[in-house]
Amino acid sequence: MAAIYSLYIINKSGGLIFYKDCGTKGRMDTNDSLRVASLWHSMHAISQQLSPVNGCSGIELLQADTFDLHCFQSLPGTKFFVVCEPGTPHMESLLRYIYELYTDYVLKNPFYEIEMPIRCELFDINLSQAVQSDRVALLGR
Amino acid sequence: MQFFGGSEISPSPPVPTASGNNAHMMYVFNRNGVCLLYKEWNRPLHTLNPQQDHKLMFGLLFSLKSLTAKMDPINADKGNLGVPQLPGQGCSFHSFRTNTYKLSFMETPSGIKIILVTHPKTGDLRESLKYIYGLYVEYVVKNPIYTPGSPIKSEMFNTALDQYVRSIS
Repeated sequence: MAAIYSLYIINKSGGLIFYKDCGTKGRMDTNDSLRVASLWHSMHAISQQLSPVNGCSGIELLQADTFDLHCFQSLPGTKFFVVCEPGTPHMESLLRYIYELYTDYVLKNPFYEIEMPIRCELFDINLSQAVQSDRVALLGR
Repeated sequence: MQFFGGSEISPSPPVPTASGNNAHMMYVFNRNGVCLLYKEWNRPLHTLNPQQDHKLMFGLLFSLKSLTAKMDPINADKGNLGVPQLPGQGCSFHSFRTNTYKLSFMETPSGIKIILVTHPKTGDLRESLKYIYGLYVEYVVKNPIYTPGSPIKSEMFNTALDQYVRSIS
């Protein structure tokens, strides 16, 4: 049973451009979500400095007591990360699917300004469909 | 371990869950950020000098703890971001993984932080970290000559630790 609590998309400078919260408790206000996103951007960069071997591309999975955080960084530097229940499977493929939706409905939208907050209805609709639990199970196949 | 009676610590080292694990390095910090121990087994890349490296590691962990406490989706009442959390207060992370390494973290109620950096395919090392804490208690804390807050120089601790970490492979 996939339970996704929230999804964040950060641009390459670390600013939050999209935030979706599906959780019931523990909701954050806008300012806090902005701070958390910037903090994650910095932590992601610092983790590359502490790598014992070459070629580190940053944190992909953070495991905490009550949640897991999966992060995907695209080639231009846009980061997609999702907060979910511990042990939720197929989060990496979900993140790659969300990246596809982002390229289709956001980047190809001629009215969308790059690096700005995302306000695309089709992206929201398709995203809601993607995070429903039966859809996530399908992606696992 | 026979000197102190094996039953007083954990009965036996936990069964290694890792497959092909090669430990890269290990840090032990106290609650004030003093690096009590830094051990290196396999570290081809040194980005910063040791002091900066320890400070950066401590800072990263401090901020990540603050972040996880804030992002916790279960607890409704959370402090503000950046407020120092007491050990055990708020949700804390136990590991993170990148494409080149996995970092396992454990904080005890006394504020001692144990960090083990290993191969990314390593399994859950929480039990192993607890065992290492057991070694720390036996060989370091119970040593009457050791001053708390100073770097660890105990030969027996280093040997036991080395032996245990190599056996996780």
